[in-house]
Amino acid sequence: MTEQDLLALFTRILRDVLMDDSIVLSMETRRPDVPNWDSFAYVNFIVVAESELGIRFNLAEVESFETVGDIVASAAARLR
Amino acid sequence: VSAPADDERARAFRQRLRQAIAQPNSAARVQALCVLAEDATGYLDAIQLDRALADSDPDAIGAVLERLRLAVLSSTTVDHLVPGIRVAGVRRGFYFDVFAGGFGQYRHELMQPSQQLRKFAPDVIVLSTSARPLVSALRLDASADDVESALRAEVVELRALWKTAREQFDAVVLQQTFFDVFEPVFGGFDRLAAAAPARLVGQLNDRLAQAAREDGVALLDVARASARDGLDAWFDPARWLQAKMEISPAAANRFGELVSRVVAAQRGRSRKCVVFDLDDTLWGGVVGDVGVERLVLGEGSAVGEAHLELQRYARRLKERGVILAVCSKNDPAIAEDAFSRHPEMALCRSDIACFVANWQDKAENLRCIAEALNIGLDSLVFVDDNPAERARVREALPMVAVPELPADPALYVRALASQGYFEAVAFTQDDAMRAASYAANVQRDALRAEATSMDQFLQGLDMEVQHGPIGAMQLERATQLINKTNQFNTTGRRYAADEVARLAADKGNVTLQFRLVDRLGDNGLVSVMILRPAAPGADHELEIDAWVMSCRVFGRQLEDEAMNIAAEEARARGAIAITARFVPTNRNGVIGHLFPGLGFRPSGAADATGVQRWRLALSAYEPRPTHIRRGNPRP
Repeated sequence: MTEQDLLALFTRILRDVLMDDSIVLSMETRRPDVPNWDSFAYVNFIVVAESELGIRFNLAEVESFETVGDIVASAAARLR
Repeated sequence: VSAPADDERARAFRQRLRQAIAQPNSAARVQALCVLAEDATGYLDAIQLDRALADSDPDAIGAVLERLRLAVLSSTTVDHLVPGIRVAGVRRGFYFDVFAGGFGQYRHELMQPSQQLRKFAPDVIVLSTSARPLVSALRLDASADDVESALRAEVVELRALWKTAREQFDAVVLQQTFFDVFEPVFGGFDRLAAAAPARLVGQLNDRLAQAAREDGVALLDVARASARDGLDAWFDPARWLQAKMEISPAAANRFGELVSRVVAAQRGRSRKCVVFDLDDTLWGGVVGDVGVERLVLGEGSAVGEAHLELQRYARRLKERGVILAVCSKNDPAIAEDAFSRHPEMALCRSDIACFVANWQDKAENLRCIAEALNIGLDSLVFVDDNPAERARVREALPMVAVPELPADPALYVRALASQGYFEAVAFTQDDAMRAASYAANVQRDALRAEATSMDQFLQGLDMEVQHGPIGAMQLERATQLINKTNQFNTTGRRYAADEVARLAADKGNVTLQFRLVDRLGDNGLVSVMILRPAAPGADHELEIDAWVMSCRVFGRQLEDEAMNIAAEEARARGAIAITARFVPTNRNGVIGHLFPGLGFRPSGAADATGVQRWRLALSAYEPRPTHIRRGNPRP
């Protein structure tokens, strides 16, 4: 899966979690940039992303991801 | 990586959800969303479906689902459990408005309820508590006395919370069992060490169960479910550390299902009857082809034992009050012959309340069975090994539950048991007798068909009513009957057991319980009436606060005889009138004309919600003639 595939997947997951098809993510997007992407929706996003990709992020990463690009990079490394 | 089939399923679900949301008609939209609830198995599915329901027209929801307000108060984070609870509720005909308490706030929220919780006025309070505080308060070398007093204090505190929940909110309480999320400290010795976490949790659950039984609180058995599914399916250390979720999001839908089952049991929505196919279901082989001697059943063959296990499970269900019926494509004489002649049968013919063997369509036969037993089609579970029959029944009668049976009979019992169709919150003497009582009812119906008139039929039944106040012996059954009865229920009021006990002990009230016995058997305690002074201190008028009757005895004049008795009791107290109100619900239309039929006069017009008040002047009351004589009440 390329980084672009992951970006597309994460966009779809966040749209599903927030039921908002207007969401567009880029590698630079940060959580506060997306309406309603609060800490609860963030946990839900991580739960669903981990389950769909069959990977686990570690605690430190989940606490420190700043941009969507950070999440993509971590997922890509785990899938490699 | 998740399996492709799973991805496929999730994609199909999202597609259907989009179609449902796109429905322009709000009733059709809600209908489509309700159907989707059956397939919302994933965490994300439930979140999405829940959101779609929340955005739907509340009136359209209220038209098909019973709304209940449910507060989840917890010592851990529970927000993520809400969608799963709501979606599981939809599967059983409820729409839960949910109040999710703050992390760790359960004690405070009950003892000093916020304006918000008061305004919410929960019907049901779910207490989801963790064993962590107890476990961390005790060192491993704590003395047996310290352990004992800590355990005792924990249960005392919970009971106080239950009491508060009932008194402050008039709510039904569901207490979650304690969940053993702790890793072994000693290993096998954990069970023997007084303060080892595993032993503490086990002890706590034992005591909790005993207290819950005494206080009439229902348990939400997370301990059992997690033992069944495995700890990893329910607890994820990462989610606990990240978000203080003690129940993992992966188990959210399972948790919701447990909540929904128990609430359904409390509201009388559990299934009542299981209808079995015979050939290759209750036994192996086709009896019409191979003959009784060659059926695969019982010891000596693994397949035969698998069918026997299903029969044994069926018998256990019957012992707890589930009605058994048979619906088979067979020659009736041959089918019945197998019951009486095969030596390995665990079930006997008399265990089956309604036995239908013919060559007709099974959906039609199921209708007949429901009618013969006088229960709704939504009370039936249909168990058949044949996928074509299952598909036919699902299509023709969507309200009948049809578990998907695996090809291997080894898994039949599990497939039936895992669905929670028959969840119960009490087990009384009356439950144990119920199956026999339904079988007798089928005989009564045969008598009615033979009788030349209704009057002759009722006279021939030789009926006797045994009545008395609600005493300690009747408390559990009376409470169960009040809370489970949806049809003959004048006000829809629900009471907890201690509330019924309080009402019965108050000399200003009249509480009545009625058993109906006839020549075919004892129907058990089938009706309860609670009368209270119409206004505080004004006991010259008694108001029927609750009156319920089991649908098993409809049409036997018990309502007339019960009113005769109520009138006598009220007169003996010096009352001059009995007042009542009829609160229409979507299930009690069958008694819409009860009060005028008994001679009550309307007091004014019905209010905006359709509630009608009624009054019966006792000076003019003539006892209604019935074929029921009075018997001596049981102790």
